[in-house]
Amino acid sequence: MKTLIRVGIAGYGAYVPMYRLKAAEVNRMWGTSGEPVEEKAVVALDEDTITIAVECARQAVKRSGVNPALIGAVYVGTESKPYAVKPSGTIVAEVIGATPSVSTADYEFACKAGTEAMQTCIGLVGSGMQKYAMGIGADTAQGKPMDALEYTAACGGAAYLFGPAEESVAELEASYSFVTDTPDFWRRPKEMYPRHGNRFTGEPAYFKHITGAGKALLAETGYKPADFKWAVFHQPNAKFPINVAKMLGFSMDQINPGLVSPVVGNTYAGSSPLGLAATLDIAEPGDKIFMVSYGSGSGSDAFVWKVREPIKQRRGGPKVKSYIERRKYVDYATYLRHRGQIIA
Amino acid sequence: MSVPRYWREEKPRYRLMGEECAKCGAKYYPKTPVCACGSTEFKPYKLAEMGKLKSWTVIRNAPVGYERFTPYVVALIELDDGVQILSQVVDVEPEAVKVGMKVEYAFRKVTEDGQAGLLQYGYKFRPVVD
Amino acid sequence: MRKVAVAGIGFTKVGEPWERNVKELFAEAALGALKDAAHTEVEHLYVANMMGAHLQGQIGMGAMMAEAIGRPGLPAVRIEAGQASGGVAFHEGVKAVASGMSDWVLVGGVEKMSDLLPEAVATALVGAEDQEYTAYTGVTKTGLSAILHRLYSHEYGASPEEIGWFAARSHDNAVGVTHAQYPFKLSIERVMTSPMEADPIRMMECAAVADGAAAVLLGPADKVANGIEVAASTVATDHLSLAARKNPLTLIAVKKAADKAYEIAKTKPKDIDVLEVTDDTTIDGVLSLEDLGFAEKGKGAKMVAQGHTTRTGEIPTNNFGGLKARGNPIGATGLYQIAETVMQLRGEAGANQVPDAKIGMAQSMAGVGSTCSVAILRRV
Repeated sequence: MKTLIRVGIAGYGAYVPMYRLKAAEVNRMWGTSGEPVEEKAVVALDEDTITIAVECARQAVKRSGVNPALIGAVYVGTESKPYAVKPSGTIVAEVIGATPSVSTADYEFACKAGTEAMQTCIGLVGSGMQKYAMGIGADTAQGKPMDALEYTAACGGAAYLFGPAEESVAELEASYSFVTDTPDFWRRPKEMYPRHGNRFTGEPAYFKHITGAGKALLAETGYKPADFKWAVFHQPNAKFPINVAKMLGFSMDQINPGLVSPVVGNTYAGSSPLGLAATLDIAEPGDKIFMVSYGSGSGSDAFVWKVREPIKQRRGGPKVKSYIERRKYVDYATYLRHRGQIIA
Repeated sequence: MSVPRYWREEKPRYRLMGEECAKCGAKYYPKTPVCACGSTEFKPYKLAEMGKLKSWTVIRNAPVGYERFTPYVVALIELDDGVQILSQVVDVEPEAVKVGMKVEYAFRKVTEDGQAGLLQYGYKFRPVVD
Repeated sequence: MRKVAVAGIGFTKVGEPWERNVKELFAEAALGALKDAAHTEVEHLYVANMMGAHLQGQIGMGAMMAEAIGRPGLPAVRIEAGQASGGVAFHEGVKAVASGMSDWVLVGGVEKMSDLLPEAVATALVGAEDQEYTAYTGVTKTGLSAILHRLYSHEYGASPEEIGWFAARSHDNAVGVTHAQYPFKLSIERVMTSPMEADPIRMMECAAVADGAAAVLLGPADKVANGIEVAASTVATDHLSLAARKNPLTLIAVKKAADKAYEIAKTKPKDIDVLEVTDDTTIDGVLSLEDLGFAEKGKGAKMVAQGHTTRTGEIPTNNFGGLKARGNPIGATGLYQIAETVMQLRGEAGANQVPDAKIGMAQSMAGVGSTCSVAILRRV
């Protein structure tokens, strides 16, 4: 898919909360020995998807230098909405100063909600309906105690402010979306934790959709994996993105800068957007970045980005690495408290 | 919790918006109807988002609505533009807080109106992330 | 303006009288003041109370207390000025008599804090601060004092122990006081090893939850035999928020109220024989001593630690235990201070008597100094 008007990223921002739970601590708790990631990011007592989205959005606006009043859309993709009914986006838009001439909504598509919000913004800017539009992926994902997801379900996010390509830090060359009805993971209303299909989340879900979207976009653009300096894939754990990269023909060197799941965990709607932010943090003008998200249910959005000269001036302030290095380990009891699971 | 009361303070708290006296330039946060110079003309003023900590305490026995956050740090902060503000300081252990510590704005949840009521968000401060 | 005298005093024992309500407490103190004055006529009633709306869901305490003392129909009003409600109600009563509007004015204060749990009391107490930008932060009244405490130590090099002495000194004076909530000694070691309440303030540096009522009957000086004259009564305010104060360690309201009181009474700090100050926490007491003019800025804590505020020291302070040990039933506290000062000036303080006390001062303060009342009483 290509836009009528060339679209790019005017500014981006990312955020990872300070607290970390080690896989080893989960193992200590349950007598298990898994390690799908080394550790995952956990919110403070007073953080949620909205505060994470605001952190990301503020940084994106600051870096872009765009007058927030000109931002015509703020979409928040998440599967952990603090309100079941009441948009998160209105709060984000109010904080950054985009109100009242703005469209906002919350998007839900499991781990793909963030890139779904980004696709919508690309459509708005690409059609000329808005000059600037912001898509955010942010989550405080829920992992049921003793479930495999407890190791990985993490907190964090990233925000992308889209605008005219000619003034952007990275131009969108093309994108593609790939969706089927594949129920590998879900959460029903009023349930605290999602259910998943265990190994069914792999081959017919994650791998099928990412490779489906990835191959289609490569075919559409005529690019080969070797044409890209960097690549980012959805990161539900440390292993899947490495495997899917291999399946599509990408190397470890290409995915390494954006592979944050081993030390951050799976930030769900924030996952591939956070990986993209970490990659933009080190990318050089001219670099091409291949990106494919994945959301259960299921679907993938694939993007081709080309980094532009202004990147050098527009990545001030804390990098994804700064947030990753700012960490404090919590024990299992403190983790439960931070996740609101100790009833007092 | 009163919804209109929360809503009314959204912009000042979300964006650290105060007012500046149009006559003498004195800065106010929160805004005030009459300046010390007698003027009633003000213009919007955006506070500095960085500052340093002048003094602090650790709240261990909290008022209603804040119990689930204890212990937490509340500090008197002098912002880089000279305006003083009282705020919680988060992402820091009480033992690590020091006079003169550099802090920056952070957007956080302040309190929740029970299980079903409104969530209140606003400013807090944290050690500068660099 | 007429001269005003204190004709009678009355108060309840401070504590947690679970079985008694606000009306009963108020009536005991008010009727006690009338009995003490051997006088029955009352033309106006002022009721000091800070938190009835929070704690009992009760306002309209003017009419309620007029009825409680058996005088429905009496002109009556509730005075609220945060934790300074008692002192400010006294000031209003003095004005009513001094102006000639009324001859006999009863001023009573009451607070019943034990009806609710500590977090609800903390919420009610921080009700005297700006709700949208101070209480909003989750700070408590003690927390605000703690911010001043740390600032004070940092600025003047006072040790936490020197400041902590204020609590130990107050307790020394409460020993044997029948109306005191905690009539026993408290060693500085116990103060300094008690749990942190709001760092660096420890639990034993804070006044506790208390119930109580106190009252005084005021009348024209020329009609009160053996009365104690009100030499001055003043009230001043400061920025409500600590953050709005350029130098938070100087309590402007205390300074203003004191300076004006000294001027009106034509006295100086060195003329004061007995003093009651607001030691809701230790640092409140220390700062009050300084801004009332009894210690140089930064020297107040040392002065207390070194014993200059004891009964035999330079300025005998909180002679029945102060807020810490006599107790701090908020709306009544300012009137306990007046009643206790009257006891000293009458020479009726028993074991707590400061010899030949002629002039006394009582200071009542809201929050961390947003409102302050000062009264100077003189034996004539």
